[in-house]
Amino acid sequence: MNLSRKITEAQKSLDAHVREIIKWHFSPKTGCPFWLEFAKNLDFDPRKEIKGYADLKCLGHFEDEWLRGGPVRRWVPKAYADEPIYVFETGGSTGVPKSRISIRDFHIDYEIFSESLSDEGFPPGSDWLMLGPTGPRRLRLAVEHLAQHRGGICFHVDLDPRWVNQLVRYGKNEELDAYKNHVISQALNVLRAHENVQCLFTTPKLLEALCEKISLPKVGIKGIFCGGTEMDAQFHRFAREELVPGIDFIPTYGNTLMGLAACKPFDPADNYAIIYYPPHPRAVIELVNPENPEELVDYGETGRVMLTTLTKEFFMPRFLERDEAERAEPIPKYPWDGVENLRLLTELQESVVVGVY
Amino acid sequence: MIHIPILRAGRSYRSLNTVRVPHIKTGEPLVEVSQANRGLIAKDLLDIALQKEVLGQRSAAELISICKKAARLFATETLPLDGTVQSPTDYIQQVSGTTGMPEALCEQNLFKIQGVLENIDTVLDGLTRGLDLGVLDTGWGTQNGRTLSYVCETDSLGAVLPSNSPGVHSLWVPAIPLKVPLVLKPGREEPWTPYRIAQAFIVAGAPAEAFSFYPTDYAGANEILVRCGRSMLFGGGSTVAPWLNTPRVEIHGPGRSKIIIHEEEQNNWEQYLDLIVESVAKNGGRSCINASGVWVTANGRKIAEALAARLARIEPKPLDHPEAGIAAWANPKSAHGISSLINQHLKEPGATELTTGDRVVELDGCTFLRPTVIWCDDAEHPLANIEFPFPFVSVVEVPSTQLVEAMGATLVATAITEDIMLTQDLIATPRIDRLNLGAIPTNQISWDSPHEGNLFEHLYRQRAFQFG
Repeated sequence: MNLSRKITEAQKSLDAHVREIIKWHFSPKTGCPFWLEFAKNLDFDPRKEIKGYADLKCLGHFEDEWLRGGPVRRWVPKAYADEPIYVFETGGSTGVPKSRISIRDFHIDYEIFSESLSDEGFPPGSDWLMLGPTGPRRLRLAVEHLAQHRGGICFHVDLDPRWVNQLVRYGKNEELDAYKNHVISQALNVLRAHENVQCLFTTPKLLEALCEKISLPKVGIKGIFCGGTEMDAQFHRFAREELVPGIDFIPTYGNTLMGLAACKPFDPADNYAIIYYPPHPRAVIELVNPENPEELVDYGETGRVMLTTLTKEFFMPRFLERDEAERAEPIPKYPWDGVENLRLLTELQESVVVGVY
Repeated sequence: MIHIPILRAGRSYRSLNTVRVPHIKTGEPLVEVSQANRGLIAKDLLDIALQKEVLGQRSAAELISICKKAARLFATETLPLDGTVQSPTDYIQQVSGTTGMPEALCEQNLFKIQGVLENIDTVLDGLTRGLDLGVLDTGWGTQNGRTLSYVCETDSLGAVLPSNSPGVHSLWVPAIPLKVPLVLKPGREEPWTPYRIAQAFIVAGAPAEAFSFYPTDYAGANEILVRCGRSMLFGGGSTVAPWLNTPRVEIHGPGRSKIIIHEEEQNNWEQYLDLIVESVAKNGGRSCINASGVWVTANGRKIAEALAARLARIEPKPLDHPEAGIAAWANPKSAHGISSLINQHLKEPGATELTTGDRVVELDGCTFLRPTVIWCDDAEHPLANIEFPFPFVSVVEVPSTQLVEAMGATLVATAITEDIMLTQDLIATPRIDRLNLGAIPTNQISWDSPHEGNLFEHLYRQRAFQFG
């Protein structure tokens, strides 16, 4: 099938998926209190009016304030009321963090992502070390599930990124260093004591810190799934050329609200640009004009990330993220829009502490 | 477009992450500067001891002769610039183009740096108080019948540098003959000078390994300060706050340099006006050694009025004008911001501006701040003891007995007085970094006197040593 046909098919499947999700969330039998309440204030029935992705416009933009504070059960779809519920938080360096409920979504997201990993880099049955933010974040359980899904066991090291943010904010360099060493020494213990650990999840900074202390190929690491904070092309190149040459290095972008985006397979022609494709049709990213979010930017142009999440557990239409990127063309493996060089919005770059863990 | 690479222990590296710095006048990108990611710096610095070993194989005498050769190359020769070349004229125009410093002043700074390199033996004599530098080659020696030993406290000197004036780069230059590799983080608008000095050294025969040059962001600069055993950090406020209590980082903050005049009966203040004007306005008033205060015990208002009349003669000129004496602002918003801040403070009683006309001036596509003189009859006024990077000066009148206490931390103080008590107070206070007694402009540097801390003492420690 040629690319344009694949693109058309993907759009069709997205529209069908949107109809299914809208029907689910706005039906009194299955939907969650938030959206059912929301529908009462509309002068139309979303189940009738929304026939495809483009029609989501009629719901406006999801606001992040809706996710701050309780009651968190208003987000639980009625159909899942008796299931065990997880709550995951995002951000939270200051003020009330955003929270999102989950039942199995994070399993599904990481099972889909697992299909994009090679068996050479991430051998089935091998164990993992998860060296990244733990606590109320989804990542800890998600990576553990990924390991289990691939037949492995996941080792962990505790890491509190909110404390790290505080140390950075107040310029406490020595404490920051001490905390980093504390985390890294625990990771070294795991790597030295458990030889079946062949796969690693970590963040860019912790990867750098780890590589200062140990040769990852020598201790048997074959694949690294790296994420948690933004990465640029220069870091990607530095990692492949100097930090972990020869190891299968997979940059990823995920967040609690979206799920997990896959990275375009490495191609020297991309000059290390990191291009992500969201997990279609469960999530859609559009890049829009920051001044006018109704206007999509052209391919190659910079736009603000507008994220739509479409799962039976969570519906979040057209949420304007605090990130920007360049719009990337669909490719045969992922025949829908991608994002290149994802980063914090330029207007926020000087005011926000991010990416410290 | 011209590209300035990273130097990784002398090896050029082109980053995928670059910053384009525009020409101040046209707004067109003038240079693309490769940016080092934090981890790259950290990784390189793991091996910095090896670079020190390479540099240490050269004798201090040999490195001094390389400095002298580098002096000539820096000032007069065409040097490599990432596959292309850069003549001294190119260099002057480029520095002026991105920083807004007039070309004539850039040229003066070029000669200043040449002077330091050329006179490096005198400079080192001043820093070490005449130590036979052979001691650094062998680790110990005998001088004046005494056994001496010095131990180097670091494998590198990190330098987080400013963009205000090229001359500032002469401060780290002595590290090379002192056998300590450099890890330089240039200011955003001024990658030119440190890169050119490094090239001059390398062409002169210095080991390239001794020069690491990392244009980078805040995180990268932090990495340099965390990892280098000794560093110098230029800046103020929040930039330097985390490092104030870290002795291995030498802070170069605002100078708040001052001229002090206390005469008994003579009333000779008029004859010092030239000296004050030079101290305030030389080099565009951009340096920390430029006077930002004139502290007097009498005739304050008259002095301020006379000074305002004199400084008003210095008008902005195009950057390539041979008599241009004021620098343009790379970021016009900063110029407007500073001017508004001054206006805001002037609303508080206790200070009056004596210069007239618009402070912010647009000329030839550039934004300038014209010289500004403030008369303060209240030494506590927020404008009394403040420094801005343009010819800005406050004249403050205080009784002689309170003067030293009131003037606070001062990088350079020139004191014109015959009063014994005041002189003793000035000599005794630790809050003056460099004291000139007599009519010496604050910006006049003596080669054989340490300036802004003593680099030798920052890098080396004298230790007890016995030979049996």
